[in-house]
Amino acid sequence: MSKKVVTVTILLIAAACVLPFVVSNYRTFQLTLVLVYAIALLGLNILTGYNGQISLGHGAFYAIGAYTAAMLMDQAGMPYWATIPIAGAVCLLAGFLFGLPALRLEGLYLALATFALAVSMPPILKSHLLERWSGGVQGIVIVKPDPPAFLADVGIKLNPDQWLYYFALAIALVLFVIGWNLIYGRIGRALIAIRDHHTAAEAMGINTALYKSLAFGVSAMYTGIAGALGAIAVQFVAPDSFTVFLSITLLVGIVVGGLASLSGAIYGALFIQFVPNIADELSKAAPWAVFGIFLIGFVYLMPTGVAGAMRALLGRLGRGKLSPPKEALP
Amino acid sequence: MAAEAGQALLRVQDVAVRFGGIVALDGVSFDVAPGRIVGLIGPNGAGKTTLFNCISRLYECDRGDIAFDGVSLLTVPRHRVAGLGIGRTFQNLALFRSMSVLDNVMVGRHCRSQGGFFANALRLPYAVHSDATARDRARELLAVLDLERFAETRVADLPFGTQKRVELARALAAQPRLLLLDEPASGLNHEEVGAIGELIRALRERLRLTILVVEHHMQLLMSLSDWVVALNFGKRIAEGTPAEVREHPELVRAYLGS
Repeated sequence: MSKKVVTVTILLIAAACVLPFVVSNYRTFQLTLVLVYAIALLGLNILTGYNGQISLGHGAFYAIGAYTAAMLMDQAGMPYWATIPIAGAVCLLAGFLFGLPALRLEGLYLALATFALAVSMPPILKSHLLERWSGGVQGIVIVKPDPPAFLADVGIKLNPDQWLYYFALAIALVLFVIGWNLIYGRIGRALIAIRDHHTAAEAMGINTALYKSLAFGVSAMYTGIAGALGAIAVQFVAPDSFTVFLSITLLVGIVVGGLASLSGAIYGALFIQFVPNIADELSKAAPWAVFGIFLIGFVYLMPTGVAGAMRALLGRLGRGKLSPPKEALP
Repeated sequence: MAAEAGQALLRVQDVAVRFGGIVALDGVSFDVAPGRIVGLIGPNGAGKTTLFNCISRLYECDRGDIAFDGVSLLTVPRHRVAGLGIGRTFQNLALFRSMSVLDNVMVGRHCRSQGGFFANALRLPYAVHSDATARDRARELLAVLDLERFAETRVADLPFGTQKRVELARALAAQPRLLLLDEPASGLNHEEVGAIGELIRALRERLRLTILVVEHHMQLLMSLSDWVVALNFGKRIAEGTPAEVREHPELVRAYLGS
């Protein structure tokens, strides 16, 4: 990691820590959702951006994570924080298992298979078999967690919205560090190699079947943790919150933010959280038409996503140091 | 016979491959002795690349056996071939185009490095150490192949000839004992062809490699090889030293038509 990147990262984290004290509670809640989406998008980007496996079904893993958390809190009385790792583990397994048959599918066919996963999730959640635990069409209402007592004891006063924001921020930081470790190392190189040239990757000794399934698992784990956090933040889960539209929204997020980019997850999360709101303010009659215009504008102006545009911008600012030595080419 | 089996690093025995009605290989047999450079020649469609793909397990053999160091390869999964010590390059380049030169070569070392998802996610010491070793080894290879100044360059941005050297470096990163080179000179200019020949010879000495090479550039192949195997229509038609094979009537007929 270069010094510049470290400095910028530390400044951003510092800014993220200060935010809940300068904005309203509602904005804090929205920013918590940005963190939730950023985690989900990071997960989807590991699969689609880095490993080249398209998924139109990540809303399903988000739903599994959300329901795992909600049911554990509602039925088993588990504390909210303990549900996060369990939701992650459940989705890791679910993603890995879904990744196994998905090995035989590529491109558009994989897109269709994952689409099937997304459309089947709401009816599964509504089904009578699960109704006892899932609450059927009604869903489950969750109590908003209070800040832990030890914070008040040491004199830090937070309201529940602020606390939840910091809770999400801590989890997001841990998951981004893990994501960074995975991507910028042996695993990340293998995942990109598989995306760039499957046959050559295998010839280099990469167990492509295992890596692709594990990429699916890890990706689903991230999205599942995001789902659990999202459920706790929104205090409610219901089948119709997790339609195929959520899956598409996540895909929009990684493309707008920047495919195969860790920071792209944050840009994408800001986009999918705030642009629909802005669109709604601009036109009550046709907010999604306005959203569509925004989307086309972003993709047209930044074809490699916001992250790609930022990279190009920084590259232009630091020209000479960053550009490759063209004259050295033979 | 047993002594001979011990001597061959690679033994191809009666290998046949069929694609639908087309017979790509029809009972090909030959041995590659350790330390040798063996050239594989034949007109287009003779089955040379098919044979390479059988050795790297991309294709299944319908008949026969391929043994590396006395052990049959036919039950080995594809991703284990590199780990056994068989490296290869591809006819039309199969680089990871979005990655840097250094990263490409480091992927080549995948089978010699350790650390799975869990170890890498948590940066466990052994995974970090393994990654550092892989980086050092890759940098050494870049130095040997005169690629150091391109280490951070995206591989797709390099000229074709340089990309071929990157592919060679990537194959060498796994420290192979047997190197399969599929047309190392194709697409190179006259000067580069001379250089690649010298490079291959130098690498053999330096890394004690055994090399099986497919090449259409006859002059290069004949000057490079210790032993030549000629294929035509999936059959071996001649085998011997370059001087012997050059004069072989079957080969002359295969190239000039009968």
